[in-house]
Amino acid sequence: MFHIYCPYCGELREEEEFHPRGQAHLARPADPEACTDEEWGDYLFFRDNPRGIHHELWVHSVGCRKFFNITRHTVSYEILETYKMGELPSFTAEHSRGNSTEAASRQAQVAQQAGVHV
Amino acid sequence: MSNVAIFDTRSEAKIPVESPLAYAYRRSGAPAPTTRSRATLRERPFLGHLILRGGAIVLDEAVREVLGVSLPGEPQGLVHDAEGERSLQWLSPDEWLVIVPGGEEFALENRLREALAGAHFAISNVSGGQTLIELEGEAARELLMKSVIYDVHPGHFPVGKGVTTVFAKTAVILRRPSESRWELVVRRSFADYTYRWLLDAGEEFGIGVAR
Amino acid sequence: MSQPNRLGQGGRIDRAHTLTFTFNGKRFQGHAGDTLASALLANGVDIVNRSFKYSRPRGIVAAGAEEPNAVVQLGSTEAGQVPNVRATQQALFDGLEARSTNGWPNVQRDMMSLVGKLGGKFMPPGFYYKTFMAPASLWMTYEKFIRKGAGMGRSPAENDPDIYDHLHQHCDVLVVGAGPAGLAAALAAASGGARVILVDEQEEVGGSLLDTRETLDGKPAHQWVAEAQQELAGMDNVVLLPRTTANGYHDHNFVTLHERRTEHLGETAPLLDGRRQVRSRMHRVRAGRVVLATGTHERPLVYANNDVPGNLVAGAVSTYIRRYGVIPGRRLVLSTSNDHAYRAALDWHELGKASGREVVAIADARANPDGELVEQARALGIRIITGSAVIEARGDTRVSGARVAKVDLEGFRVVGEIETLACDTIASSGGYSPVIHLASHTGGRPTWRDDLLAFVPTLVKGVSAAGGAQGITATAEVLADGVAAGRQAASDAGFEAASVCLPQVAARRDGVACALYQVPHEKATLRAPKQFVDLQNDVTAAGIELATREGFESIEHVKRYTAMGFGTDQGKLGNINGMAVAARCLGKSIPEVGTTVFRPNYTPVTFGAIVGRHCGELFDPERHTALHQWHLEQGAEFEEVGQWKRPWYFPQVRPGAANSERESMAEAVARECLAVREAVGILDASTLGKIDIQGPDAREFLGRVYTNKWAKLAPGRVRYGLMCKDDGMVFDDGTTSCLGENHFLMTTTTGGAAGVLEWLELWHQTEWPELQVYFTSVTDHWATMTITGPEARKLLAELSDIDLDREAFTFMDWREGCVANVPARVFRISFTGELAYEINVQANYARHVWEALFAHGEKYGLTPYGTETMHVLRAEKGFIIAGQETDGSVTPEDLGMQWCVGYDKPFSWIGQRALTRPDTSRTDRKQLVGLKPRDPKVVLEEGAQIILDPNHAIPMPMVGHVTSSYYSPTLDSGFALAVVKGGQQKMGETVYLPMADGQTHEADIVSPIFIDPKGERQNV
Repeated sequence: MFHIYCPYCGELREEEEFHPRGQAHLARPADPEACTDEEWGDYLFFRDNPRGIHHELWVHSVGCRKFFNITRHTVSYEILETYKMGELPSFTAEHSRGNSTEAASRQAQVAQQAGVHV
Repeated sequence: MSNVAIFDTRSEAKIPVESPLAYAYRRSGAPAPTTRSRATLRERPFLGHLILRGGAIVLDEAVREVLGVSLPGEPQGLVHDAEGERSLQWLSPDEWLVIVPGGEEFALENRLREALAGAHFAISNVSGGQTLIELEGEAARELLMKSVIYDVHPGHFPVGKGVTTVFAKTAVILRRPSESRWELVVRRSFADYTYRWLLDAGEEFGIGVAR
Repeated sequence: MSQPNRLGQGGRIDRAHTLTFTFNGKRFQGHAGDTLASALLANGVDIVNRSFKYSRPRGIVAAGAEEPNAVVQLGSTEAGQVPNVRATQQALFDGLEARSTNGWPNVQRDMMSLVGKLGGKFMPPGFYYKTFMAPASLWMTYEKFIRKGAGMGRSPAENDPDIYDHLHQHCDVLVVGAGPAGLAAALAAASGGARVILVDEQEEVGGSLLDTRETLDGKPAHQWVAEAQQELAGMDNVVLLPRTTANGYHDHNFVTLHERRTEHLGETAPLLDGRRQVRSRMHRVRAGRVVLATGTHERPLVYANNDVPGNLVAGAVSTYIRRYGVIPGRRLVLSTSNDHAYRAALDWHELGKASGREVVAIADARANPDGELVEQARALGIRIITGSAVIEARGDTRVSGARVAKVDLEGFRVVGEIETLACDTIASSGGYSPVIHLASHTGGRPTWRDDLLAFVPTLVKGVSAAGGAQGITATAEVLADGVAAGRQAASDAGFEAASVCLPQVAARRDGVACALYQVPHEKATLRAPKQFVDLQNDVTAAGIELATREGFESIEHVKRYTAMGFGTDQGKLGNINGMAVAARCLGKSIPEVGTTVFRPNYTPVTFGAIVGRHCGELFDPERHTALHQWHLEQGAEFEEVGQWKRPWYFPQVRPGAANSERESMAEAVARECLAVREAVGILDASTLGKIDIQGPDAREFLGRVYTNKWAKLAPGRVRYGLMCKDDGMVFDDGTTSCLGENHFLMTTTTGGAAGVLEWLELWHQTEWPELQVYFTSVTDHWATMTITGPEARKLLAELSDIDLDREAFTFMDWREGCVANVPARVFRISFTGELAYEINVQANYARHVWEALFAHGEKYGLTPYGTETMHVLRAEKGFIIAGQETDGSVTPEDLGMQWCVGYDKPFSWIGQRALTRPDTSRTDRKQLVGLKPRDPKVVLEEGAQIILDPNHAIPMPMVGHVTSSYYSPTLDSGFALAVVKGGQQKMGETVYLPMADGQTHEADIVSPIFIDPKGERQNV
């Protein structure tokens, strides 16, 4: 049962308040009609299934009803960060410890607010 | 501005009304509180409930002008006016719940719309769709621990806080307006389930229903 | 009644308080403070069960959660039956009734034991797989007998009279285990103000301090326990839960606790203060930090016939003597690899001497044991046979002797003479395994430590282990480690712990233990008498050796092949020994072999506690409309639509019928249908989802999420819309009304309401945040009443000030006004094909308006109808129901709803691009059609498969299926909607529907619109 920091509510909340909505950062092509069938098929049907760091879209459905992203490790289930829509993750497959001082300071801030799980 | 249709759903005529708990009282009864009741439940029916959507800064100005209180801008904020009759609760970064004495909501909506003219916002009247249940008594907190997944420890849930969270198998808006009182804002269609749950979970505290 | 093994004094029992209980129908007595196990041992009951596979007699082996044999069935009544209770964890109460779980016809004389006598050759591992595999069809028959013989406990066949619940707990520090480490950790963590929960699975807190020989500050250890407990109880930031087992350790420090609140008081929970109380409770704890102070489980040694009653683990002997005043035999032989186990012999000697008990000998596998306890034993004159071990127990239903021999541990062989010692009890100890089960639940693979000869937990973030749980065993060190762990946990959670004053404990000099798991026998393992590794699952050393010979090298495979560590036991006593045997056979080390995974639950949890209050009428929320009471009063039958209770139909008393007999469903629905088509009916449509949409970009947004056009819908008008996902498949539909230029009211299907709102938010928040629009659910605010039928206008006119003139208020208009003096929005939309008005009023007025309609409606024949009639009427018109005609694989074009698709909208709306994918533009896709059975009396089965050629050889190619099917009173015929491959080009063709009973129905493909194809009736 995850404990998820909602970046909009500013609190750790129980998983039962949330719904996962699959892979994050899947932008709908700006001009769908210009896509080839293959490109459109990729957008519709193909998803990553990494062992390790994964970015996921979740919604705080019994709560503020806002969508946000989670960076989660699919082996340890550790949630490395949560971030609002429009923001970029600081933890990626290439930067598994966070990628910048800015990211690190934000992480520290989140950790402080969260109190636990760091 | 006629771009939005406003509509007073309250009737001036003297006609019978039924609160969201009307069916629950018939189905399950309402045990009267006794001196041994460690928890009491009371519905505050027929209040005016408005959902306010928009940017915090824009709304704050209008709310201050119209209601004389600041919009709670921080997450989980709950504020009351001086009389304690009108409340504003943060629901999400662009959503607030306004609860006022029944009958005030349409005039309030109009005044807010006037004050907000030109801004992007929304106001929806949901007065018929939800009701407010008060919980009091020394066992109220333990009763809530049986029911909601949110931490209701006073250190974590001080007066002036309100959250939307999971209650049994449904959702509830839970607020703490004072040291001794909790409030549940319940959707009409789930009101009977919520009521029956509270009666069942409160049985060991001798829960009573004030009417 | 005598308790032959009860000591005259000592123990933590109340001898003045005698309790009577029965075991397998026989009456016994024990004392308050006993467990069922200690009371059985006090009464000299040797056999408590028959073993799972070989039906061998089994006795009590341990004193705690790790007990594998004494798993009993409790309950004096059918409703009170509780299976899988470990007698070692069940407090004795007056009137307790327990029986053995296994054994047929009884444990003393067991038919199946013949199998056990004949030995392992007949039941090797994989026996069931190998023996009963063929023919496969007979497995069900075999299984019945195997189960009857095996016995697994049984669930009650009647309702449990007790109540259970859940409590959601949150804390800064959760400490699991209230032995010395846990008490110290809790004291430290709580001292700085952190919210602490301390749990312990036993009746009393204190753990090993309750039976230790040591003193704390020169006083008996239990005195310090009492003081610590009192101090904790006085802190309002501490929750102390005895009789509570931490059973599952889930992600992010979410731990489930099972608190047995009244199991020690009686079979059912006694009334408290005149009210029912909760029998057991599941605490769902979210902890900031967790300290695992779970202690150790002692490993028994694996030797021949080590399962005969009278074989115990050494520590349990001490526990029974010191804690319960029970000495479980007369003559003891101890076989050990370490110093600590000497306690058993010392306690037996010192406290049993007065009642004629004797320690026959200690077989110590080490050549030169020299620790303090060894010296004490020597000083008492106890015989110590060094370099030796018990290689075999003698006896059948009770130990009668021990065969002791010198053993060469390196060479895994017996050397020298074998001496047989007469005794009735053998205590063994192969060392101490940290209880790592909870840590394993989090996914951490344990780490082997050669210095401890044990696995220690690998810890994930936010958890620490203290004391025995990480291999620390000296009491002083355990206490200090507990304080350190508690202090650190509090500090990590943001609290500064105050200093904790620890009691003085004299240090003890222990010798080094040796590694001994399976004891060699003079015969090879495969030929020696059975040497049990896992007593609960009847797994032997030979079985593991055979498994490795058969190629099962991974410990996970060995586990599944032999069943080691399965079931309620979860490998508490046997797992390490099993790994050691596998390692020996494979020529590997224990860490190379690795360990299997322990899974929740640590010990069995009753379903009652898992379910809590979510049962009976509170199993799932029931959602009601504001008119529910009226429907009940009218005798409606209800249908569940999502969580809603909707009136399904309203059966009336048959005219002239005796004894108030009511209509059948078919009769009621036929009457309701005709009322709508010929007069006027009324439907409670309040359950439809309603979403208030406001903002300057509301219209643009609708154009993107609906398949059709919204640019020109004027205020006062209503439009039907279809919603697709981006794969082009329909997922919801409904009408949306333009309330104002920037204001719309969307309706959704009853079941789709929450999903559609989330869908709109998803697109707004993630793709198009620049659009200025807000969505708010107003479903519950409105009560919606649909009056429909030729008389609907006349009826409404009597109650409303709205101009209902057909030119002034046309089809697909909405108007506001009053209905029965209540402000109302009225929508002229139709789901029946008849003239219809959907009246929306604030839900608090619903009953008043509804009754006013009936007051005026009687003369028009106003008839309430339910969802079944609604379905028939809409199907007659070919109107789809999302989720019935569609299943996530149906496009608007498949439904023949091209009229509802805006192909030339400027924005590529959700689903548009997918409609030109090769798969969606195929012409042989399943398409919506009507089906008219050749025999009008036939109502086709929903879901029935459709074929074109009834004479085709099986398997017949299926070309579609029935989605909706009803009897139409208007047509006086069955009719159906269906999806058929290329169906829109197959009008008039005949199809066939083979049924399970061998019949094949014939039907014609027709238009899905059966009534009023031009839509004239709704336009009157």
